Amino acid sequence: MRLPGGLAAYAALYLAFLYAPAMFLPLFSFSDGTIVAFPITGWTLEWYRQLGGQETMLRALANSLAVGAISALLSTSMGVLAARALVRSRFPGSRAAEGLIMLPLVIPGVIVASSMLVLFVSIGLKPSLAAVVLGHAFLALPFSVAIMKSSFEGFDASLEEAAVDLGSTPFETFRRVTLPIAAPGIVASLLVTFTVSFDEFVLAFFLSGSQPTLPVYIWSQIRFPAKLPNTLALGTLLLLASVLLLALAEYFRRRSTGADGS
Amino acid sequence: MSFTRSESARGMVLAAPATVYAGFLVAAPLLMLAAHSLWTQSYVTIDRTPTLDNYTSALSDPLVGHLLFRSLLISAGVTAVTVALAYPIAYFIARRARRKTLWLLLVTIPFWSSYLLRVFAWKVILGYNGVLNSALIGTGVIGEPLTFLLYNEFAVVLTLAHAWAPFAILPIYVSLRKIDPALLEAATDLGSGRIERFLRVTLPLTVPGIVAACLIIFIPTVGDYVTPSLVGGSDGKMIANLIQVQFGAANNWPLGAALSLLAMLAVGFIAIVFVLAATGIGRRIR
Repeated sequence: MRLPGGLAAYAALYLAFLYAPAMFLPLFSFSDGTIVAFPITGWTLEWYRQLGGQETMLRALANSLAVGAISALLSTSMGVLAARALVRSRFPGSRAAEGLIMLPLVIPGVIVASSMLVLFVSIGLKPSLAAVVLGHAFLALPFSVAIMKSSFEGFDASLEEAAVDLGSTPFETFRRVTLPIAAPGIVASLLVTFTVSFDEFVLAFFLSGSQPTLPVYIWSQIRFPAKLPNTLALGTLLLLASVLLLALAEYFRRRSTGADGS
Repeated sequence: MSFTRSESARGMVLAAPATVYAGFLVAAPLLMLAAHSLWTQSYVTIDRTPTLDNYTSALSDPLVGHLLFRSLLISAGVTAVTVALAYPIAYFIARRARRKTLWLLLVTIPFWSSYLLRVFAWKVILGYNGVLNSALIGTGVIGEPLTFLLYNEFAVVLTLAHAWAPFAILPIYVSLRKIDPALLEAATDLGSGRIERFLRVTLPLTVPGIVAACLIIFIPTVGDYVTPSLVGGSDGKMIANLIQVQFGAANNWPLGAALSLLAMLAVGFIAIVFVLAATGIGRRIR
């Protein structure tokens, strides 16, 4: 703290610590060696090419896409309504409701996963993609509510009042005024909740049964050293997908909150 | 906008689906878990006569106590390391950095990549034939691969501290930004040096942020499954690994349920003691 530049230098080092580990996956995914070690002797796209023919992986990918899409829709539809209520209305128990919705963020993963498995099996829902969807919608809900809250805080409530004054029913107001203005926020929420589900492992590991999602598939491959190059390639693609999805989400989120000045 | 009775009713209706969904999926699984923990597994069926057998056998098994204690210790270590490393960054962003939004974005982006892959990356880096060892041998720093890097508590702490960094930065940043600059000016006017001003004004006022950061990291990391499995080896196994075994290979759900609840109770107890202690200390140094 003595040197003004000391703190900035520390910040730069810290960023390197945050980013460096993930960079090794892409780097070594192009290496033609089968172990992950320096020196890299040559470069290849072979590991990526092989991914195309792996049936189990492609099925896991399809599972993940479906689970992600449905849980994103589920959590975002609940999130839009709840955020609208939390931002615009004062009602008894609103703080408790918000606390409850945010709870999944702080419960240890293995406890959420094991307790949901017990519940679902007890009520006759066998481990399956449907079970994963229900769990992921629960985990993604806090993210949706947070995004939609900032989106609703950014737009003028008088627009809705005007619609009501002009004779719109509440439903009509919601559909024709609230939804269009909140649309970028909704898109951001859909993208983020999709990514939360797409990347999630522990819950899917407990609940997916015989239908693995992509992270569960990757988990099964990590154990085999021979599969390492393919796993690196697949991991790199997954990282890339997360980054692209979230960059897109951030773009829409900024549009929804007017953070870019528009 | 006026908050009429109907507006309040509308709020409740709109918030209901999310609240009921989250509430149901918090309460029902935990109740079911509690019920299971009182039952017993007899081969493939579950005997529903209530008993405390799972708890007594869990508590009398030295392995359970050992793993639970180690999990709490590792998480406490992770929490301390992560918060200590994150505080200067939060301070830098809140007080020094010009482009605060950009910095906040930069420190949160890694969190959005797959957790599994980030842990996997550390496994690749710390391995015997891994990135770090091969780089150090290649540059002549060491002659033999270092074996203490992977498959122990050190690897678990390092990996978790890396994975949870943004969760420490954000709450501390928020509490730093809430400090009224007039307080800092007052301290300077009254003759405080920079260090004293930090210790007597800034630090006490950021205690809520530090406490929040500690809880957000400590509670979930105790139940982390991925990191100890991938980089922990046998020395770095944690309670979640034992719980998973009960729900997987050992197929003893009642025991797994009891272990889950015991872990939660331990975490909850420590969290409450910690909050009480921290608020006490925060009040005293102020």
